Amino acid sequence: MNTSVKTLVNQPYKYGFITDIEADTIPRGLNEDIVRLISSKKNEPEFMLEFRLKAYRQWLKMVEPTWPHVSYPTIDYQNIIYYSAPKQNKEKIKSLDEVDPTLLEAFEKLGIPISEQKRLSNVAVDAIFDSVSIATTFKDKLAKDGVIFCSISEALHEHPELIKKYLGSVVPVADNFFAALNAAVFSDGSFVFIPKGVKCPMELSTYFRINNGDTGQFERTLIIAEEGASVSYLEGCTAPMYDSNQLHAAVVELVALDNADIKYSTVQNWYAGDENGKGGIYNFVTKRGLCKGVNSKISWTQVETGSAITWKYPSCVLIGDNSVGEFYSIALTNNKQQADTGTKMIHIGKNTKSTIISKGISAGNSKNSYRGLVKIGSKATGARNYSQCDSMLIGDNAEANTFPYIQVDNKTAVIEHEASTSKIGEDQLFYFAQRGISEENAISMLVGGFCKDVLNELPMEFAAEADKLLSLKLEGTVG
Amino acid sequence: MSEVILSVRNLTANVDGQQILKGVNLEVKAGEIHAIMGRNGSGKSTFSKVLTGHPDYEVTGGEVIYKGENLLEKEPHERSLAGVFLAFQYPLEIPGVSNLEFLRVAYNARRKYQGLEEIDTFDFEDLIEEKLSVVSMNPSFLERSLNEGFSGGEKKRNEILQMALLEPTLGILDEIDSGLDIDALKIVSHGVNTIANSDNAFILITHYQRLLDYIQPHFVHVMYDGKIVKSGGKELALELETTGYDFLDEQQLVEVGV
Repeated sequence: MNTSVKTLVNQPYKYGFITDIEADTIPRGLNEDIVRLISSKKNEPEFMLEFRLKAYRQWLKMVEPTWPHVSYPTIDYQNIIYYSAPKQNKEKIKSLDEVDPTLLEAFEKLGIPISEQKRLSNVAVDAIFDSVSIATTFKDKLAKDGVIFCSISEALHEHPELIKKYLGSVVPVADNFFAALNAAVFSDGSFVFIPKGVKCPMELSTYFRINNGDTGQFERTLIIAEEGASVSYLEGCTAPMYDSNQLHAAVVELVALDNADIKYSTVQNWYAGDENGKGGIYNFVTKRGLCKGVNSKISWTQVETGSAITWKYPSCVLIGDNSVGEFYSIALTNNKQQADTGTKMIHIGKNTKSTIISKGISAGNSKNSYRGLVKIGSKATGARNYSQCDSMLIGDNAEANTFPYIQVDNKTAVIEHEASTSKIGEDQLFYFAQRGISEENAISMLVGGFCKDVLNELPMEFAAEADKLLSLKLEGTVG
Repeated sequence: MSEVILSVRNLTANVDGQQILKGVNLEVKAGEIHAIMGRNGSGKSTFSKVLTGHPDYEVTGGEVIYKGENLLEKEPHERSLAGVFLAFQYPLEIPGVSNLEFLRVAYNARRKYQGLEEIDTFDFEDLIEEKLSVVSMNPSFLERSLNEGFSGGEKKRNEILQMALLEPTLGILDEIDSGLDIDALKIVSHGVNTIANSDNAFILITHYQRLLDYIQPHFVHVMYDGKIVKSGGKELALELETTGYDFLDEQQLVEVGV
């Protein structure tokens, strides 16, 4: 490797700064008292505490999954801080003017302007810092259309009937080990409700920031699109660089009623640890969408570039007849990162359709696995699935795996699966070099080309950013 | 007298620890076309890869001066930017990267190197349409992924298109004639003849004299076991056509002391 390439390899993670802000932090560890304490800190209604306690008691009986193709030292769940909130002067913030300027600055630094003047013109943002939502922009404007976009804590107070009805309806409290943990201790997250017949007038987005070093982040997102409603939602994530690993165990639930349409995009750039694998976020996330109504559609697009370990399978349960599930994914791993990610498409209703496009890129000494399940139930007459899983290897030490699972209980189902593995090797780079194109630009073009099908699915405002992020993450990976 | 573009002295090089080039000498001046002929494995392709800096080839001795500068010190992409172009024997297929985008990025990299402003997509499309005629290529090729699913002849024409666009000072064509039917050969040769002028120079690497009916070389060299063992004018190619390379194994070897 030449020197300029080496410099690029060692380019620091640009979101690794720590914001110095006084925090309200509870003691380490987890027990029923902690669960009660979190609930009382948030001033929650009784039903919510019951929900949490039920989850906690279930969690105690569960074991951490060992089937993902990743390895990490045992997590000490008693050594994690389950709640940390930046101290704010007032109990409830009425406008952005009352938000601590240090926090606004932190988000500005991340390129997420939430102050009035600098907002992205057509994107409403919910900014979550450690355990709490700091601010949600454009709330009033959205309210005019009947769209509710707020933190889940706020929704608990303002719209308890919706929370009661839908929370845990897609991902039950004891769905899996990490989902149960989340249900017990989740601190905040975003809530979106699009009423019947409304097309959400702007992109909604949540930006997650972990700041505190020993804090886990357990957020919960719930999106409901009523009959004929549609919404496009995007989440972004970053964290400072710490030597220790931090746990992020989120749950996202989507509900689409008849003819509703939800598009959920993720650009995940949690701190990935250093080049020797020290530090980084454990990203253990449960995301599931329920196509409850006929002709409903849920589409997941994810660009996963960060985290030391990623364990997530955004899924669609296709109950309504003619409903559609989509999963478009780019998972990029470098250095010592490990990813085991994919999707589940569960076909229950008739003529349900799903599409899976997965692009895995492994560089450095990383491990990148696609794991996906396509299940066609006995009543899902006329169901169709198309899956395409492509892996790209960069360099000689990276690992790529594909674990597709297919279960078909209805003979009329049509399932297509394609897979490919390619490698960016010296010969391709030499071809580019021979036309005067530097190694960095060549890799960026090759990866951009490889990922094009998925990048095209992202909302326009973020596609370019995601493309740039991919190049940045890969600079200097072939030496 | 014309300017010396390339001067190769006693060049030796290894692949996987095995010596392939055993002391190549060659001088190329502006306005000249040189043909290097020889059997498979004689080192012709290796020579082209060494000149352009492929990482698998290790230079063990000798020097290469290109326009007064030490070429071997430059990174592969810098050699390209300085005007050394290799038309590949087997152009690579690059899925997902459109031909047009590849050409534009390459062209702008060159502009930037020359201190010129990069040109935008629209101006570039005008420019490339004009260059397409050099190799009689259909504009639909521009939208396709680079070389992906191209026939052998289409790939070679695409190489010449890139050359027409980048206007190299030294063009090296590695078996540009292999796998071409006579029509494609005519198109490719026409392309090269259009690009060749008194300021640039070409090295044609080929097995067959057939190519030289269409592109007239000023010099013909015969490579054998990693060295240029015989040089001459165009008539040498014709001689080789009738006698084959067998003569090299007998009398010639004694003569050059291999």
